Amino acid sequence: MTDQAQLLPGTLDLLILKAVSLGPLHGYGVLLRIGQISGSALLIEQGALYPALFRLVKQGLLKASWGISENNRRAKFYELTALGRKRLRVETEDWNRIAAVMATVLSTQAEEI
Amino acid sequence: MRILTSLRSLFIAIFQPSRLNGEMDEELRSHIEHRADDLERAGVSRSEAERRARVEFGGYVKFKEESHAAVGGNFIEILVQDVRFSLRKLRKSPGFTIAAVLTLALAIGANAVVFSVMNAIILRPLNVPHPESLFELQHGNEASGYQSYPDYIDLRDRNHSFDGLIAWGAAVVGFDSGENPVRMWGEEGSGNYFDALGIQPYLGRFFHASDEHGTNSAPYIVLSYSLWKNHFQGDRGVIGRVVQLSKHPFTVIGVAPPEFHGTLMFFNPDFFVPMVNHAQYAGDDMNARGERWVFMVMGHVKAGVTRAQATADLNSVGSYLEKTYPKTEHKMTFSLAPPNLYGDYLGQPVRAFLAGLMLLSGLILLAACANLGGLFAARAADRSREVALRLALGASRRRILRGLFTEAVLISLAGGAVGLMGSVVLLRGLSAWQPLPRFPIHLEVNPDAKVYAVALLLALASGFLFGAVPVRQVLRTNPYEVVKTGAAGMIGGRVGGIFGGRITLRDLLLVVQIAICGVLVTSSMVAVRGLIRSLNGNFGFEMENTTLADTDLSMAGYKSDQIPAMQKRMVEAVQTIPGVESVGLSDDVPLGDGGSYSVVFTDNTTDLKPTNAATTANIYKISPEFLRASGTTLLAGRTFTGHDDQNSPRVAVVNGEFARKIFGSVAKAMGGYFKIKDGVRIQVVGVAEDGKYGSLTEEPQPVMFFPILQSPSSTTWLLMRAKTGLGGDPQQLPGEIRARLRSLDASLPVYIQTRFNAMDNVLFAPRVATVSLGVMGVMGAMLSITGIFGMAAYSVSKRLRELGIRVALGAQRREVLQAALGRPLKLLAWGSAGGLLLGLLATRVLAFIVYQATPRDPLVLAGVVLAMLLLGLLATWIPAQRALSVDPLILLRED
Repeated sequence: MTDQAQLLPGTLDLLILKAVSLGPLHGYGVLLRIGQISGSALLIEQGALYPALFRLVKQGLLKASWGISENNRRAKFYELTALGRKRLRVETEDWNRIAAVMATVLSTQAEEI
Repeated sequence: MRILTSLRSLFIAIFQPSRLNGEMDEELRSHIEHRADDLERAGVSRSEAERRARVEFGGYVKFKEESHAAVGGNFIEILVQDVRFSLRKLRKSPGFTIAAVLTLALAIGANAVVFSVMNAIILRPLNVPHPESLFELQHGNEASGYQSYPDYIDLRDRNHSFDGLIAWGAAVVGFDSGENPVRMWGEEGSGNYFDALGIQPYLGRFFHASDEHGTNSAPYIVLSYSLWKNHFQGDRGVIGRVVQLSKHPFTVIGVAPPEFHGTLMFFNPDFFVPMVNHAQYAGDDMNARGERWVFMVMGHVKAGVTRAQATADLNSVGSYLEKTYPKTEHKMTFSLAPPNLYGDYLGQPVRAFLAGLMLLSGLILLAACANLGGLFAARAADRSREVALRLALGASRRRILRGLFTEAVLISLAGGAVGLMGSVVLLRGLSAWQPLPRFPIHLEVNPDAKVYAVALLLALASGFLFGAVPVRQVLRTNPYEVVKTGAAGMIGGRVGGIFGGRITLRDLLLVVQIAICGVLVTSSMVAVRGLIRSLNGNFGFEMENTTLADTDLSMAGYKSDQIPAMQKRMVEAVQTIPGVESVGLSDDVPLGDGGSYSVVFTDNTTDLKPTNAATTANIYKISPEFLRASGTTLLAGRTFTGHDDQNSPRVAVVNGEFARKIFGSVAKAMGGYFKIKDGVRIQVVGVAEDGKYGSLTEEPQPVMFFPILQSPSSTTWLLMRAKTGLGGDPQQLPGEIRARLRSLDASLPVYIQTRFNAMDNVLFAPRVATVSLGVMGVMGAMLSITGIFGMAAYSVSKRLRELGIRVALGAQRREVLQAALGRPLKLLAWGSAGGLLLGLLATRVLAFIVYQATPRDPLVLAGVVLAMLLLGLLATWIPAQRALSVDPLILLRED
């Protein structure tokens, strides 16, 4: 638990979009998927997922429908809309660019200036 | 698509909040179940798994609220939630709710009434096309508008700034449409009256400038809509009918539209007639340049001409007139004013009075807000445990404040609605009221959209105002502290703060509120005292046992040579009524309709220019018996005799003020001579005591009495003094007078009233002022009772335990009372003192309206102190009883 990283503000939405882009998921499934692909390196408060999911649905990036889960329980499944797919692509590019820049900046040594 | 989704969610949020709520719950619960399934698979028991899943999930309510917020449409949904929650809360404390709603209803109702009156009288424009450019020609040196007819013609034809100048005056006639003639008020207008105003007839046609061909050339009458409806039953065939106005035939040519009531607010004429026929209903020569009988000259300023340019234009015509007619014209300067309140004559005092009233009702609302703010703060303190619990459970402070504000606004809206309903009823009554039955006066003050908007705005504003009082308290609440120590401890600490040495917001609110109420109580007492005193003042005549009958003989067609004989017969007719002691005859009475006046010159003035006049004096034309009948004391000399007639030298009785002003003293006036405007020398044969003639607040006025035989008048007042004690029933006197006069001439409309009733018009303003201030004062008193009561009751209920301990330790009744109520009473004292002081300052203003309203009156001071003391006693009585009946055993057993 202790070596889990706090989420940067604004990254939860991107994580959700990414997780859902790999296939329709219910809320708990989103959480498991993020844990799985991040190697449990990120700390997400479980309840905090839902305001983000509702926000993304409202923005038209996700659509939701009720179904039956693998545990044979009723659950609401989320999948990407076309708009969501586009947004994921754009945000991924942005993120990569910023991450690259940040990495360069932060690895700069004194003698390189 | 996106829009559709958000619309759908908004729709669901508004109309199916429970469905959204249920879906959300199901989803979150499904999450927890799934997590529990996983934990169970890892070997944890089901119940333990579910518990852990719930813990891991975090603040369920908080996340649900945030999710709601994310869905959108949440504003309305949360509002609906808040409203439901608040309603539930308010239902739980009906006493508090009813008290709060009623308090606000009173305050907002008062504001709505005052604003509605102000709206109707000042803000609402006159009901004619382009009211903004319609102005009355007011004299430059005083707030009046009268002119002579020739001057009007010159002003009309020589100015370049107006689209037609209109002249009009009031005409009272005997109106005869085939039945008994009735006294009726109308307007006589210049030929361009309707055309220059831009009014179209409802029926038939109006008269025009082209109808005027010299004196008495246009015997046409236009009926007002209400006269047509009420007197002629809306008969369309009335056009072309001939009616008699003061025995002269006039042809009905048209009916005015329903919304047109002339251009003077309050005054609703029954008909309109051309001014060129003035001689037929007024009996005097309209073309004399010195006779300023035209009531008002007005017109639309031309587009592109400023008020200043128009005024300068008029002034240049005025100086031309002064130069051309130096004998009659003086001070011909002008200013422009809106005509609806007779320029500044009524406009200024009415505006000042209404502004003052609006200020006072604003203060009432402020006091009510302070009152409710205190109540809300107390309520919030009581609920600090609830607030702390909600905070601890993850509710945001913003959300809790929203809830409190919702409660406040709900109360204020309910109060506003109730208050508005009450005020609408009151205003309906006020609109139907005819304050002075002798005149066609109405106040149309029905509320309109503006009034409703203002009431709503005031309600919302006051809701936020008193809702804001407990904000700091909620923001400061520390949930852990409250939950740890328990509500009692928390509140105990808080109350300690309030009733310890420090002055808190709530204390301040109470002091402010009591001070405001003190102002209201003080000013209402000053006004009432002033009115009572002014009624007991010396008017220069006696009011008891006096009946007045008035008429105008020209209404029944009497020519000037028939008038003295008819007046003599009238006096003889009423003199023989049993119980009548003496009968006076005159052309007008003091404090009556306001009769004639003239400039006065000293005897040695030779150039009788108006500018050389020594003074202007009222004229009363009286019979020899008049002064005795009216109870006016002669200071010196004699009254008239039957020999002071046309064949003997002109004589006069003057009043003391006249004697002092013209001759220096009463003694010097006796036998002295003076001149009036036509140059006639008149000798003073007697001096009468001073009195009140035009208004109760006036300075001493110079007055001259002339023998009615030397200067005849068709307006006729009979003043009958009844014997006191024996003989005659005063109730039957009016009927008997009417019968006797009718037997002389059945076509003569006579108005009969007591001397008291005749004072209605001079007492109207002070009465209105006194009544409205009285109502404000009572409201202020009620508010201070509820304020002090709330405070005292709250402080006692919160300190019951402490009081119990004090009693258990042997405290005396006095000490208990002091502990429980010392603070509220001290605040009451401070507030009252402040209010009294402010009230005394404020009532200086009152002295202008209410005669003898002086704040430096020991009775008023004592009255206010006593009133506030009584209010305090009344308000603290119940809490005091409760404090005294404290049973320490029961109290200490609690908790």
